[in-house]
Amino acid sequence: MSGLLATSPAPGGGLEPGALEQHLRARRASGAKLLVPYLMAGMTPDWLATLEAVVAAGADAVEVGIPFSDPVMDGPVIQDAALASLAAGTTPESVLAALGEADIDVPLAVMTYYNLIFRAGHRRMARSLAAAGVAAAIVPDLSLEELGPWAEEAGDAGVETVLLVAPSTSEARTAAICARSRGFVYAVARMGITGERADIGDAAAEVVAKIRRATDTPALVGVGVSTPEQATAVCAHADGVVVGSALVRRLLAGEGPEGAARFVGELRSAIDDG
Amino acid sequence: MSARAVNGVPGPSTLMGDPGPEGRFGDFGGRFVPESLVPACLELDAAFREAWADPGFHLEFEQILTEFGGRPTPVTRCLRLSERLGVTVLLKREDLAHTGSHKLNNVIGQALLTQRMGKTKMIAETGAGQHGVASATAAALLGLECTVFMGEVDVERQSLNVFRMELLGATVRPVTSGSRTLKDAVNEAMRAWVSEVADTHYCLGSVMGPHPFPYMVREFQSIIGREARGQCAALLDGAAPDLVVACVGGGSNAAGIFSGFVDTSSRLVGVEAAGGSAIGTGIPGVLHGMKSQLLQDEEGQIKEAHSISAGLDYPGIGPEHAHLAATGRAEYTRAGDDEVIDALCILAETEGIICALESAHALAWVLREAGGAIPAGSSVLVNLSGRGDKDVAQVRELLAARTKR
Ligand SMILES: Cc1ncc(COP(=O)(O)O)c(C=O)c1O
Repeated sequence: MSGLLATSPAPGGGLEPGALEQHLRARRASGAKLLVPYLMAGMTPDWLATLEAVVAAGADAVEVGIPFSDPVMDGPVIQDAALASLAAGTTPESVLAALGEADIDVPLAVMTYYNLIFRAGHRRMARSLAAAGVAAAIVPDLSLEELGPWAEEAGDAGVETVLLVAPSTSEARTAAICARSRGFVYAVARMGITGERADIGDAAAEVVAKIRRATDTPALVGVGVSTPEQATAVCAHADGVVVGSALVRRLLAGEGPEGAARFVGELRSAIDDG
Repeated sequence: MSARAVNGVPGPSTLMGDPGPEGRFGDFGGRFVPESLVPACLELDAAFREAWADPGFHLEFEQILTEFGGRPTPVTRCLRLSERLGVTVLLKREDLAHTGSHKLNNVIGQALLTQRMGKTKMIAETGAGQHGVASATAAALLGLECTVFMGEVDVERQSLNVFRMELLGATVRPVTSGSRTLKDAVNEAMRAWVSEVADTHYCLGSVMGPHPFPYMVREFQSIIGREARGQCAALLDGAAPDLVVACVGGGSNAAGIFSGFVDTSSRLVGVEAAGGSAIGTGIPGVLHGMKSQLLQDEEGQIKEAHSISAGLDYPGIGPEHAHLAATGRAEYTRAGDDEVIDALCILAETEGIICALESAHALAWVLREAGGAIPAGSSVLVNLSGRGDKDVAQVRELLAARTKR
């Protein structure tokens, strides 16, 4: 994946967009809605093949979870995936080693909790991500007020940090968050943890509108988006979607790379047909 | 009572003070929560600071703790135990507070804040069940709806407290994830809070979690230290005790009593469960919204704690204790399951008080160290954080198993 990610970052995480944001902006400019599936590294023995299948089925980027013992932002499905992955011996190092070897031609963002970064050390983790060809990191429990030390090292290593805006976030906070979010801005669709929902609700559109007033960085909606219909509805306002639990549930049920490709393919055609 | 500054340790005025808008205690504390919860934490910080500066709030808080809660709790001189140990043992009797532990102090404060913020529901986590019972009690008193998250293992070993919560009109939600103890109850309560934050306050039970909880809970518990300071002065010719000792799970009863003596020359000693010793065997990390000392592996995966005492079965400790340990102002030590059971029995036989297993940790250290780390003739104030009714069935089983062994 070297070609894509060799883009040199602006020192200190300056205004020049990184690999993920450049790619998403270019895709958006071409008229596409953006599709970012999530899967948990190490949750099944064939997770790397699943990752490749998901990319081949039309993902614009992929969010790869690194499992943490106490994922407070996650519902039962992703908790189960994390447990399965930890039981299989997955560590941040093993995930990055595997990603470094993989041949994947879209940008990757790792999603994990702050303690794993804190324990590894900000600089060491930032450099390991960059060395493994990972474009970005999403750290849901790292709030704006605590972001500084990590963002600095990540910026220096050329790793983008995607920040979240929630339905409860004020207009002023949204502006502050968008000013520091790199790659894209993650619009949290509803007040709650990850997990499938029958009804996506209308908070998502409002979160996207708040983000739009603050930045033109791509705004992707996640948390709860579970079906092609919901993805299409969300893309009426947003630049794209993140789909996690709905895919992870299929993988836990043993659907494997083929099942994953089928589901991501359905999402792709739904949002392309709009 | 002279202030002391040892080895360049910050003076007492900066210890146990206001941790500022980001809630920092030296290198520890902070607010590490998902963005969805940050606005609720900011709202709570503002509401708490406003209330705490309002004499009307203090009046209401103290009136409830007096009329309803049975405060002030006494300080008891343990004559027989003191003679046996060669040190003067004083007990701050939080076991005599309504609901049987210090937990009520914090919960009355937070339930009043819940009302002030216009919220109608509270959720809480509980280990031993004491914080759950206190929360259910405060909710009943003030007409709030209450849901308590409790690990399945704890539901089993503290079944009496589960029933008490239900009698008080609360809903108990058993937690089946992870180690099914206190840590997982906190995870589940935080997850529930994200979805219900609009009308629900998370009534956290100790000096832990994201800012402002460690600061706010300490302030609500500081009534223990204020009372004890005056009571000890009356018993000790105006002096503070040589040592102030408390058990530490998250650290709220310890923070409450330490805060009354942090500006004296008293040695402050926190006693953790040997199998849940975040200061003794933990390293810095981030969990449940705070940076503190945590039991964890090399990578940062959180380890499970193990203790016969459900209230101390927690892999972390409040961030202010991590800071007090780092500065050297307080010492942290541990007690093992066996000596804790012995301590509970000895206090019952020599003083006629059956204390909680949690509180027995503080006592176990005093029994072990009297004449050692505690010089003969010292005066020792022990915070007896709770009564033992909830534990008697478990203690009976533990003693029976010991006889067989
Ligand atoms: C009687 C008693 N003491 C102590 C504790 C530990 O909590 P903390 O360290 O916050 O005082 C508990 C917790 O359940 C308790 O019930």
